[in-house]
Formats: sequence, structure tokens, C-alpha cells
Amino acid sequence: MDFFNVFVQQIINGVSLGSIYALIALGYTMVYGIIKLINFAHGDIYMVGAYVSFFAVTMANMSIVPALLISMVVTALLGMLVERLAYAPLRHAPRISVLITAIGMSFLLEYGSMYFVSPTPRTFPEVMGNLAYNIGGFVINGQQLLIFAITTILMIILTYVVQKTKVGQAMRAVSFDTETAQLMGINANRIINFTFGIGSALAAAGGVLVGVYYNSIDPLMGIMPGLKAFVAAVFGGIGSIPGAMAGGIMLGVIEALVSGFISSTFRDAAAFAILILVLLFRPSGIFGKAVREKV
Amino acid sequence: MIERKVDALLAVVGLVLFAIIYGLIEADVIGPFWKLNIIIICINVIMSVSLNLINGYTGQFSLGHAGFMAVGAYVSVVLTAKLHLPFAVAILVAAIAAGFVGFLIGIPTLRLNGDYLAIATLGLCEIIRIVIMNINYVGGAAGFTGIPHYTTFTWAFLVMLATLFFIKNFVNSAHGRACIAIRENEIAAEAMGVKIVNYKVLAFTLGAAFAGVAGALFAHSFYILMPGTFSFLQSFNYLIMVVLGGLGSITGSIAGAFVVTGISAALAGVPEFRMIIYSIILILLMFYRPQGLFGYVEITNLPLFRYLKNISPEAKKAMGIDTEDSGKGGKA
Repeated sequence: MDFFNVFVQQIINGVSLGSIYALIALGYTMVYGIIKLINFAHGDIYMVGAYVSFFAVTMANMSIVPALLISMVVTALLGMLVERLAYAPLRHAPRISVLITAIGMSFLLEYGSMYFVSPTPRTFPEVMGNLAYNIGGFVINGQQLLIFAITTILMIILTYVVQKTKVGQAMRAVSFDTETAQLMGINANRIINFTFGIGSALAAAGGVLVGVYYNSIDPLMGIMPGLKAFVAAVFGGIGSIPGAMAGGIMLGVIEALVSGFISSTFRDAAAFAILILVLLFRPSGIFGKAVREKV
Repeated sequence: MIERKVDALLAVVGLVLFAIIYGLIEADVIGPFWKLNIIIICINVIMSVSLNLINGYTGQFSLGHAGFMAVGAYVSVVLTAKLHLPFAVAILVAAIAAGFVGFLIGIPTLRLNGDYLAIATLGLCEIIRIVIMNINYVGGAAGFTGIPHYTTFTWAFLVMLATLFFIKNFVNSAHGRACIAIRENEIAAEAMGVKIVNYKVLAFTLGAAFAGVAGALFAHSFYILMPGTFSFLQSFNYLIMVVLGGLGSITGSIAGAFVVTGISAALAGVPEFRMIIYSIILILLMFYRPQGLFGYVEITNLPLFRYLKNISPEAKKAMGIDTEDSGKGGKA
């Protein structure tokens, strides 16, 4: 039963890593759904979130939950600021120019924070102690429990906001058809800005959880998880919120299984290979709608 | 006829430029630092022009160009450092190998469109890098050492010139027009009898092959080759050059490679601010020139060249270099 044990343990690890990917992927997918922009700066917003909570925990001696809330608020404001400064002026420019601006913004955030907080990695303080639960022979540690709990809560809140509130309804309307939504009296610019805020707050939560999970943060930590989260969003069908959740968790599980059974050096390659296979058979992702092009 | 005249003129301009820079290097006016950077600019021009063929002319959003460069670089160093073959052979084989990889990757992935294609090519580029990192024969993650230093300014510049002529003539040929038709409207192009899949794969293969050439030149300008150099961030860099210069303009790609490489070289003295200043310049340029420095305009459309060509408006229209419609762009 050794195979089975390793398998289940890797699934547990994979789901916890995958929940973090899912949190970041949600921001990508919502922004993409609304203005069709691959916001490459999103991964760096996540890094800023990790740093804010790091300073909140180490300097202000806060416990993890208030630190998480503060960093979500700060990064939401940062995300909205970035949108106002860098993307809003380019609303009618070619999409690829906005993409380049996003890449520029990502560099600016990375190297700007490298200048302010120094490039050396920081050790994220232990917030969960050495908590570990043994359930039927499988180990779930405190960090993983925290990740599950926070991700679940945030996803429930997000689903509620998007499905039940007036703002959520407006978000869905703008994402479905921006012009018609504007004709119905929705202030599309404000809704887009709000979407960036929500996405950034979720990414910040992801950043804090990564800090808790891996105990180490640095200014370039956003690059790889940002890319992975984007892969997860595409995997699930970009623009779809349930798709991003499922895609993130699946990506985490696939990575954990590959590093558990094959080799951790091929972990990233496997994630991309599976993504490409999925795209070849379902070109718009698992939950994505196939858009038929009209002549 | 007219096309020949323009070609001859451009060739003369290119060779004069070559002679001037060569003279300046020989006379030690240009020091080793800028000499290396000029070589890098030539390599980046090859990269951005070949990426422009895929992204700008055919309209296929590829984000994996550094992967093909990696294939070319590694194939060529194996040929020169391990098998001791001449540099020219290595460049040629690198082009064939990268082109072949591009062909293999292109056939399945070019069915995807837009951002899905972008992420698939990005993923494939990362897969190429990870696979190279796990091959011990070429040094693995630690890098390949003991590479002969073959890339001189002459090699880089002349290969760049050849690439520019090839791509310019390809774009102005019937095949190039087919590619542009695909960019403008895939369905309409198909209805007019353009074999979409063939042309997409052709453009992708050619772009990849030239990226392989650039990779071979790049590998032989340093003594060590690391797989980490060819990460997706490097692909972003080439995309930045193409978009900054103007999608669908060869002149623009040259300018983009020049500006991006020049800025990073000029800021080498302030390493802690280098990337901050670079990113601000990038964002500001996109604010004021979202269509890129050159948009769809080519250097051959500028008044000086038109005067030199001295050709009738009908002939100009036939060549498709009418500046009137150069402002309106396709979809990005």
C-alpha cells in the first residue's frame, strides 16, 4: 500500500499548493474576462501582498489573520492604482500594447520593491507552530489547514459577491458585453477598477499563504507562481471563475504527483505539457466556452 | 525591377553602415563594451525580425521565441565545441534544427488562436529549457563551458543583413501577402483560397529557423551557455522589441532591438535603477506610441527613399507600399 500512501499524501500537498494557484488564477481570469488583458503584473501584486503581511507580522507583531486582511486591503488599493495609472489610459489602444504595459508594470513592481526591501530573501515567521494532524496515517500540517480554510472562505465570499450582489451583477454584465452594460447605466470603468481590486486582494491572500507555507519571500517570488496561475486560468478556461478554481487545484495536484512519482525537476515541464495536451483537445480550456467566429 | 533597385540600395546602405562601424571598431573608437553590445544588437535584430514574421505579419501570438533560440544555441555549440565543425556549418544546422522544432511544435499548436496560442508557445519554450537543463551531455543546469569564441562583428552583422533581406523579400512575396491576409482576417483569407494551416506553419518554421541562427551567434559570443538565459522572460524581451518598434514593420523591429538593447547597455552603470528606469520608459513609450515607434511604416516608405526610387504611383500601389494606409492597423 506504499504507492497508495504516497499518492494520497501528494494529493493533500497538491491541493494545498493548488489552492494558492487558484487564488492567484482568479485575479487573472476575472481581469481577462472583463478587459481581455493578460495582466502580467498580477504575480507581482501577489509578491507585494506577501511583503505587506511580512512587515505586519514582524514589525507590528500582528497575528496572521489581521495581517492577511491588511495586506489584502493594501494590495487591493495597489491593484486599483495600477489599473488607473497604467491600463485605463490605454483602454482603446491595441491589446498587445496594453500587454507590453503590463509586462513593464511587472518589471517596475519587481525591481521597485527590490530597491525598497532589498533583493535578499526574508524568512517568513512561523505563524502556525509545529501543528500537524495525523488523519488515518496521512499528515496534514497547520499551514495546509490554514490554506484550506482561508481559500474556502475567500472562494465562498467571492462567489457570493459575483453571483448575489449588485456589483457582482455589474461585473458579469461588463464582462459579457461592455458596451451594452454601459448603455444600461453601469459605470464600466469603475467596475473594471473594482475587478482589479478584488483580483489583487485574492492574489495578496495567495502571497501571504505562500509565505506561510514556504517560510521564504523575495521580490522575484511572483514570476513563477504568476505564470503557473495564468496556466491554471487557461487550463480551466480563461474568463471562467469556477474554471480558475478547478484549474488551480488540478495544476497543484498534477505538479505534486509529478514531483512525488517522477522527478521534481520535471515538475514545471509536466504542468506545461499537460496544459498543451488539454488545449489541443479542448482549445478553450475545461470550463471555457468555445466562441464561434462569425463571418 | 523596382524591387531589385530598392534591394540594391538597401544593400549598399547596409554595407556602408557595416564599413563605418567596422572602421570605428578597428580604430578603437568603439571599445569592447559597446562592441559586444553592437553584436548583441545584431543578434536581437535577427530575433525581433523573425518574431515579427510570426507575430506581426502572420498575426500568430507566439511567446516562445527564446525556446527556438535555445535549440539553435545548443545544437551549434555541440557541433563546434564537441564535434569541431566550422562555424558556418553550425549556424546552418542550428537553423535547420530550430526550424524543425518549430515545425513540429507549429503543426499542433497553430490550431489554437490568440492568447491560448501564446500560453501554449510559452509553455513549449519552458519545456525546451527544462529538457535542456536535464541533459548532462550539454552541461545541464550548470551550463555549457568551453565554447569557441567565433561570433565577431563581421559574422553578426552580415548574418543579420542576410536575415533582413530574406524576411523582407519573403514578406513582399506572394507567400508573405498570404501571411498578411491571415493576420487581417483568417476566414476571408481562407475563402480567397489561402491555405491557412500551411502558411501559419511556414511562417512559424521560418521564424524559428532564424531564431536558431540568432541562438548560434549568441552562443558563440560568450564562453559559457546557461539554459536559464532562455527563460520566458527572454521571450518577453523579444516581444517588447517587436511591439515597441511596431508590429508588422521590419524597420520597426530593427529600431526596437536597437532601442531596447541600447537602453539596457546605457543603464549598465546604474544596476540598481536599470530595470526601474527601463520599465518606466517602456510604459511611457506604450502610452505615447501604442502602435510602436514605426507602426506599419517601413524605412523604404520615407520621403528620401521614395525620391531615390522615383517610381510612378501605379507601381507603388502594385508593390503595396502606399503610405496612405500605413496608419491603420490590424488587430493585435
